[in-house]
Amino acid sequence: MLEAAFFYLFGGLAVVAALGVVMARNTIHSVMFLIFCFFNASGLFFMLDAEFLGIILILIYVGAVMVMFMFVIMMLEVNFARLREGFLQYLPIGGAIAVMLLIELIAAATSGVFSSKTASTVEHFGREVNNTMEIGKVLYTKYLLGFEIAAIILLVALVGAVVLTLRSRKDAKYQVISKQVKVRKEDRLRKVEM
Amino acid sequence: MSWVDVAIQAGIWALEILVIAASVALSVAYIIYVERRVIGWMQVRKGCNRVGWAGLLQPIADGLKLFLKETIIPTTANKFLFVAAPVMAMAPAFIAFAVVPFGETTLFGLWETAHVMAIANINVGILYVMAISSLSIYGILMAGWASNSKYAFLGAIRATCQMVSYEISMGFAIVTVLMLSGTMNLAGIVHAQAGGLLHWYIIPLFPMFLVFFISGAAECNRSPFDLPEGESEIVAGFFVEYSGMWFATFSLGEYAAMILISLMTSILFLGGWHAPIAALDVIPGTVWLLGKAFFLIFVFIWFRATFPRYRYDQLMRLGWKVFLPWTLAWIAVIGICMYTPVIQDVIAFWRPGSGA
Amino acid sequence: MNLIQRAVRTWLLTELLRGMMLTGKYFFKKKITVEYPEERTPLSPRFRGLHALRRYDSGEERCIACKLCEVVCPALAITIESEERGDGTRRTTRYDIDMTKCIFCGFCQEACPVDAIVETQEFEYASETRAELYYTKDMLLKVGDRYEKQIDANLEADARYN
Repeated sequence: MLEAAFFYLFGGLAVVAALGVVMARNTIHSVMFLIFCFFNASGLFFMLDAEFLGIILILIYVGAVMVMFMFVIMMLEVNFARLREGFLQYLPIGGAIAVMLLIELIAAATSGVFSSKTASTVEHFGREVNNTMEIGKVLYTKYLLGFEIAAIILLVALVGAVVLTLRSRKDAKYQVISKQVKVRKEDRLRKVEM
Repeated sequence: MSWVDVAIQAGIWALEILVIAASVALSVAYIIYVERRVIGWMQVRKGCNRVGWAGLLQPIADGLKLFLKETIIPTTANKFLFVAAPVMAMAPAFIAFAVVPFGETTLFGLWETAHVMAIANINVGILYVMAISSLSIYGILMAGWASNSKYAFLGAIRATCQMVSYEISMGFAIVTVLMLSGTMNLAGIVHAQAGGLLHWYIIPLFPMFLVFFISGAAECNRSPFDLPEGESEIVAGFFVEYSGMWFATFSLGEYAAMILISLMTSILFLGGWHAPIAALDVIPGTVWLLGKAFFLIFVFIWFRATFPRYRYDQLMRLGWKVFLPWTLAWIAVIGICMYTPVIQDVIAFWRPGSGA
Repeated sequence: MNLIQRAVRTWLLTELLRGMMLTGKYFFKKKITVEYPEERTPLSPRFRGLHALRRYDSGEERCIACKLCEVVCPALAITIESEERGDGTRRTTRYDIDMTKCIFCGFCQEACPVDAIVETQEFEYASETRAELYYTKDMLLKVGDRYEKQIDANLEADARYN
């Protein structure tokens, strides 16, 4: 009863927030709506007793990814009027994708994979499940290869980003902080005999 | 569970939340007072001692003054976000207190087993604190953006970069604690440190303690990492346009975050509510925890009275080039130690859950 | 050796600790605060505060309207008008000092040939309006009457350095 009420609350707010992301005139408001949407999604995770996923969603997406998003949006000078001009032009393609996604979601939901019979809610009840530990076990045994590959890809992307943005200009002056930190009184001060 | 039970439970929760929120707000007021006195003493001054006995009513007078002041909203500001920003900066710091265990109690023998004194004793407590406290960035970012002022914006950018950077090294410092304790439950981490001073994680993880504490100072924009405020170059940073009660809300959040960091450091590294030696167990655990937290707050204030402000590139260097490699290296060291035959037995001393 | 020493210094934060020990030491030192309304620092006899116009012992005002102070005043704070009095002496009819302009340099005091205008040790004359800080001749004379003894004592104390 209470659980159903909270489910509809989180689900409904998530939908409203998602609409807000698309409809908001101000991009900053859009980002705020997206953050709100993530919150509701993590609320849904909590209701599924998946507290680790819920927290990680907030920690990674809200706490880090969206901050970067917001940074980029603040730095860009977006012309809203011009953006809205082509709104109708892209409606057919966008609408088609949306309809396709909807059909896929309905197909997936009714396929029986997610039906209440297959979900292991019954054996889960009344048992203290530390799903952080469970996720860890599965991730580092069954899906180890995939996990490592993902890690390598991320590492490559990281190094790539550093290489792309790293430019050592010859004409610019740099401060070598480690040298500055190392300086002692003896290096710079000397007594002059008068 | 009948509706009566639900109502009673909700009432109890509401009461707990009220008690913790009120005491945090009150302690914020008096930490500001302590800060002014302590910094005064370190500068050979007396500090505020006029209002009430030894100046103890000063925070109330300050609060009253701020409350009665006019709140100015700049005409070019984004009204909604401008007003929402202080609340968004303050709320996370308070919400994070929900999982902080203040000790264990049997309620004067009423309960048979000891209960953890936390509003919500959840399994992923430490992650919850990290996640929630990282949200206060939005308040600062919004304050900077909505003010429509260049200084506020610069302050917000500084604050965000700083908080995102230091969160990482802080997170890795926590990972080393988790590796030893084997749990993310805050009460569990404290239990893992039971048995006196030598069992505290400050002993095997001393460098991580330093990293966590210093990153904590950077995380809540405390001196010497208070560049977002940087009154000498960007006036007052992100809250330059705020006045009156909204301004007070910002400092409320900032100091609440400082209390939170101090409590977290005591819980993660200083044995939480455990006494350093068994003989001192007569003093209740909550007193120990609050005492440790207060000492750490004092150290924060001490920092402020001692160190000059960092330069921004030095700050970034410290976060990324010193703390991050150092924490990563220490994770590797702890990991290797845990699986090296002889050292394994030594490190097992701090791993009560490992069964060794 | 030097390298090791440096590494130890850096990683054990010894320099930071030394800094903190210093402030920690001052934490317990005797405080030097003077709690102003109750406690006061001693004032020098040469202290330059509120102005006063002095009189001779007979009660005759000293000022002879030579206007040297008006001329020397760098802030143009002094305004003087004068005319001949019944007994044939030149006296001021108006002697105003605008305290909002005055910079308390003490030049008027130095310039005065008859020690008529002096600066007292009074510095608590704050007012609620700016108009109250425009001191007229009567007010200045009143100030002089009020602080007569103090002014005499200060001039006495300072006399041997002139």
